[in-house]
Amino acid sequence: MSTQPHTTGGRIATSDLTLGYDGSPIISELSLELPPARITCIVGANGCGKSTLLRGLGRLLRPRDGSVTLDGEEIARMPTGKLATRLGLLPQQPLAPDGITVSDLVGRGRHPHQRWFRQWSRADEAAVRSALDATGLTGLSDAAVDELSGGQRQRAWIALALAQQTETMLLDEPTTFLDLAHQIEVLDLLAELNSEHGRTVVLVLHDLNLACRYADHLIAMRDGAVAATGEPAEIVTADLVREVFGLPCEVMDDPLTHTPLVLPRPGARKRR
Amino acid sequence: MSTLPGEPHSSPSTSGGTPLPRGTHVLRSHRLGVAVRVYRPALVLGCVLGGLAFAATVASLALGDFTMTVTDVLSVFTGRSSPMLAHVVVDMRLPRALTAAGVGAALAISGMILQRLAHNPLVSPDIIGINAGATTAAVCAIVALTGSTRQVTGAALAGAVGTALLLYLLAYRRGVAGYRLVLVGIGLTAMLTSVTSYLITRTDLNTAARAMIWLTGSLANRSWDHVGIIWLGLAVLAPIALALTRQLRLLQLGDDTAAALGGRVQLARAALLFTAAATAAGATAVAGPVAFVALVAPQIVRRLLRERAVALLPAAACGALLVLGADLLARTAFGGTELPVGVLTGVLGAPYLLYLLTRMNRIGQA
Repeated sequence: MSTQPHTTGGRIATSDLTLGYDGSPIISELSLELPPARITCIVGANGCGKSTLLRGLGRLLRPRDGSVTLDGEEIARMPTGKLATRLGLLPQQPLAPDGITVSDLVGRGRHPHQRWFRQWSRADEAAVRSALDATGLTGLSDAAVDELSGGQRQRAWIALALAQQTETMLLDEPTTFLDLAHQIEVLDLLAELNSEHGRTVVLVLHDLNLACRYADHLIAMRDGAVAATGEPAEIVTADLVREVFGLPCEVMDDPLTHTPLVLPRPGARKRR
Repeated sequence: MSTLPGEPHSSPSTSGGTPLPRGTHVLRSHRLGVAVRVYRPALVLGCVLGGLAFAATVASLALGDFTMTVTDVLSVFTGRSSPMLAHVVVDMRLPRALTAAGVGAALAISGMILQRLAHNPLVSPDIIGINAGATTAAVCAIVALTGSTRQVTGAALAGAVGTALLLYLLAYRRGVAGYRLVLVGIGLTAMLTSVTSYLITRTDLNTAARAMIWLTGSLANRSWDHVGIIWLGLAVLAPIALALTRQLRLLQLGDDTAAALGGRVQLARAALLFTAAATAAGATAVAGPVAFVALVAPQIVRRLLRERAVALLPAAACGALLVLGADLLARTAFGGTELPVGVLTGVLGAPYLLYLLTRMNRIGQA
């Protein structure tokens, strides 16, 4: 772990950001500031624009209007390769080539630090080793990725993003398809990367209770707009959950972490 | 600004093993500031296949209607043979063998790039319309013009590159995705094939017969002109393909991850697509649409290396070996009748394709 560099974390902000594919925009004129060196979770119902926002923040989707800045610099104007040394992004369902081994996959995270004439340096080696170490995959470095369990595979992808050594990591639903124990494993790992190395971590999460537990900063989205933003304990109320998810519920104090705990009311579907 | 401090690097001997994939070595020159990764099994396989291809070339020079010994062949190159031997080797067999090797290498490189690019092991220039475009244009030249070597070669080149352009434009929708490329390519192939058939039915019997020979893929009567075209093409395109390997490795991770790692996805894909198309175009221009090599040669190498490398050069050596071997068989194995090489690669390749398909069905992959 000690070989992962300490950073000050990147500061992401958007101003009047408008994002969309064909047709009408999904997100319109959104202005946000994400706290650096903290964990920010983006939550909301299916189709509310969470992933679209994350793709916009990671420059996978160019703004139709407005801008996204990283430490004050507009990312659309930064050279692609340079941005990739500062901002990493893990898509929702990444594609692993047939038969690729863990170490090969993680090593490809070094791409932005390499050139065709300098394909492997000591820094590459150290970064990959510490990424494998941090994700507990050192013993599996020669295993094929498609033979790993779901949790191990997700850790391998996180290791790729770690090897990239960016101060800011964006992750799109990194816990989808994982069982609860593996979800916690992945989230604990991200929390560790944040607290021990000062990385800015931004993730889209489906599970509101887990988001409340792990997020320093929460962005609740509804229909492409921000319904509420701030510390989970301050903003998560029964009214907000009803507004964002259309779900009648009670919000309690989580006895273990003292973060908000959302309990859906029984038979909620009928009374909606 | 990025403020990542330098890594506190411990000496490599302290923790076990290097995090490089097993079998990968780094060739490093501190003086030049160069460090290149080499995957040793790929290097070994490339050398073995290259050696076999060389042996097949020598065999092609020695065997035929007039069989000679390896010593006879060597004597030609040391200048101590009879003019007759020299004529057979230098003017007849050598251009044919070198064309065969070049065609095989080019098709294999093209197939390997396309399979990696489309994330689909069944993709090859034959399937996505590149060869069909070359064929239609070449048959056009045979039917409508005089059908000289130069016309046919030029038409095939233009046809293949034109088809690649059309393919790219038709498949383009906010960038070109792998599956759309394949579907549009299959559509184009069907269209172009029907045009070719139409052209052949509308012409006289003699011209149709000449077109049919070209259509099966043949290496008969290849001259040094053909050798020049295919090897000049390879000399330009193979280094480009190798230089693009880094981008190809990135694109294998999917568009989003590739973009997040700093790849210029659309540019890289367009460059790779046109390199693959141009390579296949060169091969088709000199030998006609030789079937299945572009599909099978990359597959053999991928299996032998267990997918651990992009392996363009081993695939090229494998393709050269396949076409040389098929042509040798086509020339010598059927008594007096010489078959076009495309018939043999087709007969040998089709069962392999069926094997791949049934095997994939069983595993349940798409």
